[in-house]
Amino acid sequence: MSGDSSDSRPATDGGSAADAPDDDSRPAPSEQPGPEERPHPEGRRNLEGIRIDPVVEAEHESRRAVISALVEDEPGVLARVSGLVSRRQFNIESLTVGPTTVEGHSRITMVVEETDPGIDQIEKQMAKLKPVISVGEVSGDAVTAELVLLKVEADDPAAVHAVCDMYDGRTLDAGPRTITVQLTGDEARIDDALDAFRQFGIIEIARTGQTALARGDTPTAPGEKPGTAGEPTTHDS
Amino acid sequence: MSDTAAHPREDDPEGAEEPAEGADDAPAADPDETPAAGAVSTGAESVVAALEAAGAETAFGVQGGAIMPVYDALYSSSIDHVTMAHEQGAVHAADAYGVVSGEPGLCLATSGPGATNLVTGIADADMDSDAMLALTGQVPTEFVGNDAFQETDTIGVTRPITKHNYFAGGADTVGDTVGEAFELSRAGRPGPTLVDLPKDVTQDETDETPGPAAPPAGTDPDPNADADAVEAAARAIEEAERPLCLFGGGVIKAEASDAARTFARTYGIPVTTTMPGIGSFPEDDELSLSWAGMHGTGYANMAITHTDCLIAVGTRFDDRLTGGIDTFAPEAEVVHVDIDPAEISKNVYADHPLIGDAERVLDQLTAAVREAPDAEAWRERCAEWKETYPLTYATPEDEPLKPQFVVEAFDEATDDDTIVTTGVGQHQMWASQFWTYTEPRTWVSSHGLGTMGYGVPAAVGARVAADNMGEPDRDVICFDGDGSFLMTMQELSVAVREDLDITFAVLNNEYIGMVRQWQDAFYEGRHMASDYTWMPEFDKLAEAFGALGLRVDDYDEVAPAVEEALDYDGPAVIDFHVDPEENVLPMVPSGGANGKFATAEDQL
Repeated sequence: MSGDSSDSRPATDGGSAADAPDDDSRPAPSEQPGPEERPHPEGRRNLEGIRIDPVVEAEHESRRAVISALVEDEPGVLARVSGLVSRRQFNIESLTVGPTTVEGHSRITMVVEETDPGIDQIEKQMAKLKPVISVGEVSGDAVTAELVLLKVEADDPAAVHAVCDMYDGRTLDAGPRTITVQLTGDEARIDDALDAFRQFGIIEIARTGQTALARGDTPTAPGEKPGTAGEPTTHDS
Repeated sequence: MSDTAAHPREDDPEGAEEPAEGADDAPAADPDETPAAGAVSTGAESVVAALEAAGAETAFGVQGGAIMPVYDALYSSSIDHVTMAHEQGAVHAADAYGVVSGEPGLCLATSGPGATNLVTGIADADMDSDAMLALTGQVPTEFVGNDAFQETDTIGVTRPITKHNYFAGGADTVGDTVGEAFELSRAGRPGPTLVDLPKDVTQDETDETPGPAAPPAGTDPDPNADADAVEAAARAIEEAERPLCLFGGGVIKAEASDAARTFARTYGIPVTTTMPGIGSFPEDDELSLSWAGMHGTGYANMAITHTDCLIAVGTRFDDRLTGGIDTFAPEAEVVHVDIDPAEISKNVYADHPLIGDAERVLDQLTAAVREAPDAEAWRERCAEWKETYPLTYATPEDEPLKPQFVVEAFDEATDDDTIVTTGVGQHQMWASQFWTYTEPRTWVSSHGLGTMGYGVPAAVGARVAADNMGEPDRDVICFDGDGSFLMTMQELSVAVREDLDITFAVLNNEYIGMVRQWQDAFYEGRHMASDYTWMPEFDKLAEAFGALGLRVDDYDEVAPAVEEALDYDGPAVIDFHVDPEENVLPMVPSGGANGKFATAEDQL
């Protein structure tokens, strides 16, 4: 920059040239109070953006929740839901989907392990998907069930059948080397049954994941009008 | 290609007077307002008829095999089409057109590479909640899934970055699908939508004219917030000692800038904005603290750190704004106004969630607050911070031209309604820091996605929008970096072809400067892949395209070059060779406390 160029410089309220009178009385960045010289509040927020009460810290423990969504049965709806879950890093244990009483509608049931704010986000983000008619957490005493297929060694068929009966299971296939049984029930019951079958040597296992309905006449998804086959349900606005 | 000369709109020269978000009187949802679509004979004509009926005036796109039937239908349409050099140019131009006009942008691309070239711009619009419809050609339905020539699973690829996308099912319904997608893009929280158009669907014959377009049920939410929640928020505001408004991009999208100004001024509440919220509140107002966040002003970040009541409107609390969540407005009761319930308590817990249209809810709040908070001492404190932490820069004689000086020179030479577009990087920060914004829809930039290359095509879209709005005298300035300019400069050919009056100011520091700044601060000065000494001479490049090309190296050349470029009736490029060592300050280190912004490099 030539020495006389500053004369043609438009005056700005920012710069001050070294070769021009310094008429900018404002503190230069290097003269401004540094990070440690400023006042800082004592308060803090937790990871969920909630102000921490110095007396009672708001900490959320993860908990298991069953989310039920009524959806339009259109191509890609499952991809939209599962994509949302993976993209937003929600902790999901299982996802089941199947038709409902209404032609063109499906129910998606998800079991998730999240904090309360996390569960809230899952519901809100699901609700934004166009094919989702209604979504919500199934209340605590929901009726839940899972189906498991279990293939075990057939060294002791009588014992296998005894354990199968104990858990109200069914034998679907029995051969000289393997026996395949079907078990249904809530999660605790299934886990107990699996423990009992381990003694025979489990070869393969297939589990559907939990599906659920609300108990009594409470709608499973908020705003859902329980219908009977052939009667259209109304959309939740 | 049809004639692409822009023409003034006849109906609403103001262009953006109607609420864009979920308002009862939004133009889209009223069938009485929707003109009937004309007679059609093919799916493609039904697509174009639906677009015309929805009010689309301009499309940006690139031709190709699978989209040809739609282009053929555009041949005799009232919709102007601007052929862009690259599909990324088309999508950014459409995005910026929407930002400036307040109407959804529209872009077209063919299948396969055409559609995948749109992806960055769709993601950009999604992150910034910009209303936009993308129409993509697709291979004929019978070939879908066979890895046919130029086939890409566009629906799968764009699913995570659209508000919703549609696979057109048939010629009889495709017009209704396109109409719905157009309206959905601006319903509630705006965002990009996409319709994938298999070639058989657009070629097949149909006489089904599209019906009146409306967004899907349940996607146009109640604009009013819950009355009890408004009352509770109003009491919190009245009792606050250190109230602060935080206006985000949602204020601008909801056409709520006037309501926001009324609210803040009525109750004497200082105002910060987010970066997308720039222009929602005039930065020359006594109450303005400019914008907050990583490179926001020191005084905005001090205010946001010390407020006891944050009235946040239309913001999603992006990490670039909040810094570390633990130290963000840690003592503030948060009033959060948003049209999207999912944004409530997503990043920052809302003590007072107010779900509704920003304009409507601000009006509700203005009515509900009975007396102004007692905040005289707080306003004085904010004024002191403005004195203590001003945005300044030094211009030592022995250092090269400072980029901030260039931004200020343009600001002084242009009117308040000037539209500024930018790429992403240091130049973007200087363009937002050293320009005083006073009006909404004058700052057009890429925020959430941070897309280098946004500036040039955005300037094309912004210019076309301003011309369509009957405002050809408004200046359009694109501040770009050398790295950003190099990414999408092919769109300069479009500006020349269309004779668009745009001034491109390249703040050329021969670096991707923001990366270089971080390397100096956090990587011991190792300039790995950030050194751009291999840049072409942009002034000569501009001349090769047919634009005016100028080069500036010194302070005394700035004013004459700015004047010449602004006076030039057409696209002009000024290659400003600026100080390569200049850094963007202040800076809140990533995840740090807003109140601990660095004002010098050695504090990082």
